[in-house]
Amino acid sequence: MSKLRVHLTFPEDKILEPVVYEVGQKYKVVTNIRRADVREKTGWMELELSGESSEIEGAVAYLKTRQVKVDPVEKNVIE
Amino acid sequence: MKIKGLQCKECHKTYEAVALHVCEFCFGPLEVVYDYAFIRANLSKEKILQGPKSLWRYEALLPIAGPPTVGLDAGFTPMVHAKNLGTELGLDYLYLKNDTVNCLTLSFKDRVVAVALTRAKELGFNTVACASTGNLANAVSAAAASAQLRCFVFIPHDLEVAKVLGNLVYRPTVVAIEGNYDDVNRLCSEISEEFPWAFVNINIRPYYSEGSKTLAYETIEQMGWQVPDHVVVPIASGSLLTKIAKGFKEFEWMGFVSGVATQLHGAQAQGCAPVADAFKEQREFIRPLKPKTIAKSLAIGNPADGIYALQAIRSSGGMAEAVSDEEVVEGMLLLASKEGIFAETAGGVTIGVLKKLAKQGRFGRNEVVVAYITGNGLKTQEAVTPAVGAPWTIKPSLSGFQKMLKEVETQMSSPPRRR
Repeated sequence: MSKLRVHLTFPEDKILEPVVYEVGQKYKVVTNIRRADVREKTGWMELELSGESSEIEGAVAYLKTRQVKVDPVEKNVIE
Repeated sequence: MKIKGLQCKECHKTYEAVALHVCEFCFGPLEVVYDYAFIRANLSKEKILQGPKSLWRYEALLPIAGPPTVGLDAGFTPMVHAKNLGTELGLDYLYLKNDTVNCLTLSFKDRVVAVALTRAKELGFNTVACASTGNLANAVSAAAASAQLRCFVFIPHDLEVAKVLGNLVYRPTVVAIEGNYDDVNRLCSEISEEFPWAFVNINIRPYYSEGSKTLAYETIEQMGWQVPDHVVVPIASGSLLTKIAKGFKEFEWMGFVSGVATQLHGAQAQGCAPVADAFKEQREFIRPLKPKTIAKSLAIGNPADGIYALQAIRSSGGMAEAVSDEEVVEGMLLLASKEGIFAETAGGVTIGVLKKLAKQGRFGRNEVVVAYITGNGLKTQEAVTPAVGAPWTIKPSLSGFQKMLKEVETQMSSPPRRR
C-alpha cells in the first residue's frame, strides 16, 4: 500500500465535473481530500491517494488526461 | 530554547522541530516558531555588532539549536548607495543589496543553504540533496563539499552544459532526470519521502527558507538601523519576499526599529509571472503556468509560497509587476553600466521592475528604496551576449588607435552601435 500527496489545480472548464469521484471509480485508490478551494473561475485541492503504486500511477495519469494539473503538495520544488 | 517547534501556516497545528515540511493534517506548509520573549531577552544591537561579519551575526533569530557549522562566510554582502542609477530613475536614496558577491557561490542561495545544512547536521543527516536548475544546486554542492557531506543534486536532463559543470566541479552526485520539470518535481518529492536525506528545499524547507530573513536584518543594520520605505524583491517560489517581510517585523519585535511600514514590491518576468498576474487580476489564488523566460532562476510556474507573497505584497500596499525578456536584458545592462554590478537575469528582472515602478511614480524622490540583486551575471552570460557588442579590433599601430579613438568619441554623443 502506497500513499501519494498531490496538489491538484482544475482548469475552469473542469470545475463542475466530478473528476475525483471518477478517479475513485476507475482505479483502486482511496481519495482523501485534506484542503480545497473551489470557485467559479478556478479550483485547487490537496489530495491524498492511497492504494497500490500501479493504481496510483494510473489515477495520476487519468487526472492529467482530464487536464487537471497534478503537482506534489510541495508544488514546484526545483529552484 | 529559542525554537519552539514547527507550525502549519494554514491550520496552525504544531509539531516538533524535526525534518518535516508539510502538515500531516491539512498538507499546508510548516514554518518555524520561535520563543521571541526568550530571544529578545538575550539579544541586543551590541551583541549583533560584535558578531561575525556574516549572516551568523543574527544567529539568535535563525532556526539552529547549536553553533553554526556550515556556510560560515555567507551573507553580510554590500549595501550599495546606487547614486548613478538613482539619478537615472529620479531616486536620491536608492540602495542595492548586492548578493552577487555572496560566499561561496555568488547568489542569495548561499544564505538559505548555510542555515539548511547547519540544521541538517544538527538533525543527524549526513546526506543532503536538492532539486535545482542553477543557483541552489551550486550553493548546496559547494556547501556540502566544504562540510564533507554526501550530496545529491537532481536536475532536468536537458539543462545547459555550463550549469551542470557548475555543480559537477564540487563532486556531488548529479542526477539528470529524463522528463519535464513536472516529472522532476514529482520524483524529487517521492525520493524525499523514501530516503533519509536532508532535501534542503523539501523536508528541510522550514529551516532553509528562514535564511532569507538575513537579507532583511542586514538591510536594517546597513541602513543605520532604519527600515526602507520600499523594497523591490524578485519572486521565484515567493519565499524570499515573505521572509524579508518577516525579518523586518522580527527586528521590530526585538525593539531595534519601530513603525515598520515598508511597501513590498514583487518582481517577475512576464514569461513566468503567476504572482504578478494574480495581483493585476485581483485574484486570491495563483494560477499555475508553464514558464517561458530567459530569467530561469525565477521560472517557477506553480510557486510554493506564491500565495503568501501575494498576500504580503497586498497587505504592505506594494505592487507586483512583470517585465519582458528585453527589459530584463536592458535592466542587466543598466545595472552594470551605472553601478558596476553584473547581475544574473533575476537582477535584470528586479531592475526592470524597479525602473517601471519609478516611471509609474510609485516612489517619492526622497524615499528610501532597496532593490535586492540576488545572483551573479557570470552565471547567465548567454542572456546578455547578443546585447553587449564586441571589442574594437585594430592594427598594432598608434595611428590605427587614434583613428579608432575618433570614432569612439563620435559615437559617445550618439547611441552606441553594435559591432
